[in-house]
Amino acid sequence: MTQKEALTEYLLRLADSDMILGQRLCELCGKAPALEEEMALMNVALDLVGQARNWYEYAAELIDDGRDADKLAFRRDAHDYRNLLLTEQPNEDYAVTMGRQFFYDAWHYFTLKSLVNASDERVAAIAAKALKEVTYHLRRSSEWVKRLGDGTEESHRRMQDAVDILWRFTGELITPDKTDQLMAEAGIGPDPEQLKEDWRGLVKEVLEEATLTPQPDDAWMYLGGKRGEHTEHLGFILAEMQFLQRAYPDATTW
Amino acid sequence: MYAQLVETGAKRVKSLDEMSPEERAFQEKIDAEVKIEPKNWMPEGYRKTLVRQISQHAHSEVVGMLPEGNWVTRAPTLKRKLQLMAKIQDEAGHGLYLYSAMETLGADRDEEIEKLHEGKAKYSSIFNYPTLNWADMGAVGWLVDGAAIVNQVVLQRTSYGPYSRAMIRICKEESFHQRQGYQILLDMMREGTEEQKQMVQDAINRLWWPALMMFGPHDDESPNSQQSMAWKIKRKSNDELRQMFIDQTVPQLEFLGCTAPDPDLKWNEERGHYDFGEINWQEFYDVLKGNGPCNRERINTRKKAIEEGAWVREAAVAYAKKQKQRAEAA
Repeated sequence: MTQKEALTEYLLRLADSDMILGQRLCELCGKAPALEEEMALMNVALDLVGQARNWYEYAAELIDDGRDADKLAFRRDAHDYRNLLLTEQPNEDYAVTMGRQFFYDAWHYFTLKSLVNASDERVAAIAAKALKEVTYHLRRSSEWVKRLGDGTEESHRRMQDAVDILWRFTGELITPDKTDQLMAEAGIGPDPEQLKEDWRGLVKEVLEEATLTPQPDDAWMYLGGKRGEHTEHLGFILAEMQFLQRAYPDATTW
Repeated sequence: MYAQLVETGAKRVKSLDEMSPEERAFQEKIDAEVKIEPKNWMPEGYRKTLVRQISQHAHSEVVGMLPEGNWVTRAPTLKRKLQLMAKIQDEAGHGLYLYSAMETLGADRDEEIEKLHEGKAKYSSIFNYPTLNWADMGAVGWLVDGAAIVNQVVLQRTSYGPYSRAMIRICKEESFHQRQGYQILLDMMREGTEEQKQMVQDAINRLWWPALMMFGPHDDESPNSQQSMAWKIKRKSNDELRQMFIDQTVPQLEFLGCTAPDPDLKWNEERGHYDFGEINWQEFYDVLKGNGPCNRERINTRKKAIEEGAWVREAAVAYAKKQKQRAEAA
């Protein structure tokens, strides 16, 4: 794998993860537990899809086969999608929605914090803008995990269930593969060991404050998103998200 | 227009001579175009009418997110998806802003939302129509936000200060939404395939009449309209606003290269306005009574969101309480 290939692969992971989580949040439109949350969820989703567009645009330039950002988002099938499995998990109740968000935000925050100093200027510039947004996302989702974990008996139970349900998808965030290693070596991606330590440290701290119990570090983890092996959910997400582009392939303008 | 048939409680409008000294001073202030502020004395009927109107308006913003939520997961490009998401976010913001304006009148947001869920409070009839193809996202922006703007531009001068100020802010954002909506349709008509052009015409065919209904019934006979006009909550009659909307919209329709589903629509040189056919008022009242295509779905979705979110809100309250106790103990 050349560095350019690794970078392309890495950009697609960033883009696809943002895109799929943004899509999941779009599904909640009109269904949030309060109007303030309605606004906040759409705001976070808007940031994520906006970031996805920036990553896709750069990826499209590197791929350079005539496909633009829209083609990458709306015309690739599940096996070509490189998003983290965590992002495609269903919304379920608000504890799962917020738990998923928190685990992702923590990973996203530390990743971007490192990407801001990437040797690739384009990556650094996109990351700098995204980091401002994601700093807010992380603050918000950490607060919700604490509120729900340390709120009522019911919310505690639900939040603990959410942690247990989602935990098996968190290993992927901090388990580096060849692409991650190459990106770190190229001075673009974060150092995998550092990322693992930061992510675990923050998650431990927030869960503790939220009176929640994490699963052990050596719990079994579900991997595969980064190489295009997804859960059954992704196919349905794409079927909905890509409907118009697939149903009207001749349309060039929307 | 996001408020229709607002009940004022008035059988007829009182003359200045029939008013108490307080009422008279209030009416004179209104007549002199002085804004009424939350702490000023106001007749109970004025307060109640405003609570009804502003809450209807707020409910409409919130329910109005649902027909768009129907397409936000299927938007065709990143640009269109981002635009629609931003529009939905603005609408949630407008809802919050309007509920706050309503609360300055001593009303409670949760109680008013409860009335919505029980079917006791109205919201704009337009949102009870389904959004069936992507062009609906353009047509909703162009026609629905367009109709809302015609009404709201006038409401910027409404007599109640907080409502007037809310309208000024909201109008700016809605004008933006309207232009975006029109652009969706224009792009599809200019550069789209035959199928896309058909989507646009189909969306207009379905939404044209419901958009005209947004201005409410003829108001020549309505005591509610007359009272609202006297209080300057309302500044122009439903029919005047509808005519303004049609006059500004028909040239845009022609520019698109589309038609309206109204054989009687034509320019009247003598009046200097477009003539148009009679609205199907039976349909309007049916929809208002709950028998539109989507009334049940819209209310059920909102009810479910609030009911299923109860434990989340309770947790937030419980947590805030604990935090406060901890801060006090520290």
